Amino acid sequence: MNVPAAWYLVLAAVLFGVGAFGFLTKRSALIMFMCVELMLNAVNLTFVTFARTLSDVGGQATVFFVMVVAAAEVTVGLGIVVAVFRRRSSTSVDELSEMKG
Amino acid sequence: MLGVAYTEGVFVFVTAAALILVGAIGVITVKNPVHAALSLIMTLFGVAVAFVAQSADFLAAVQIIVYAGAIVVLFLFVIMFLGVDRRDSVSVDPLVGQRAFAGAGVLITVAGLITLMARSHWVSGALSVSTKGHALATGSQNVKQLGTAIFTTYLFAFEATAALLIIAVVGAVMLARRDQVADPEEVDV
Repeated sequence: MNVPAAWYLVLAAVLFGVGAFGFLTKRSALIMFMCVELMLNAVNLTFVTFARTLSDVGGQATVFFVMVVAAAEVTVGLGIVVAVFRRRSSTSVDELSEMKG
Repeated sequence: MLGVAYTEGVFVFVTAAALILVGAIGVITVKNPVHAALSLIMTLFGVAVAFVAQSADFLAAVQIIVYAGAIVVLFLFVIMFLGVDRRDSVSVDPLVGQRAFAGAGVLITVAGLITLMARSHWVSGALSVSTKGHALATGSQNVKQLGTAIFTTYLFAFEATAALLIIAVVGAVMLARRDQVADPEEVDV
């Protein structure tokens, strides 16, 4: 017998909070990307929990598409990090304070 | 309220929660980016355990293969490619009170989310569109049910993800490649 859905929802909310805190406080763009992944996983966990609660596979299909979008986002994001690092020799987001390349 | 019938589920939940939370806190506390990536793998495995416990078997496998097997490897590749693994980038706090404001905002958000979930009644009784009203399948039938839903109800979105992935790959190659006009000798090679 599985535990109530609320347990997983609270766990997902806490995981989202940890990821959001890291995203707001970290300097390194790489660590910020990892925190975005934490938040995406928290939302995925919520989707799967509601798919079980509502007995609807649509939640799981949404998680599938979220994973695809996350993979694309990481690919492009890390490409941007590499391009910025070539020019500035740093991945700290505080040093990227101007639009001029 | 917690009967004997919950024992197995509680054990799985506690295992998954411990993996998820220890990994997540590790991501935002360790100094070394390589260690942060390894902590991220721990969190992803914990989420996969939670997926299996909630009869999302296919997504758990995809979680391990795509996230732990591809995305985190991409992170590690970029960390080592850039050589930023030894640099400590969390030494100073330039904005005054940023951590306090971030912590307060996150606490308010999480408390609001939990309050919202505790006070709402989300079981509406409506039938599923994607499963034509059937119940959620478990075990190996989960793959069949999810595949049927993706290739029928969500077919257009599935095709769109193919285009999205191609665009992302081309964009990443364009962003990360060097300008070849800077060195004319390399162009001839």
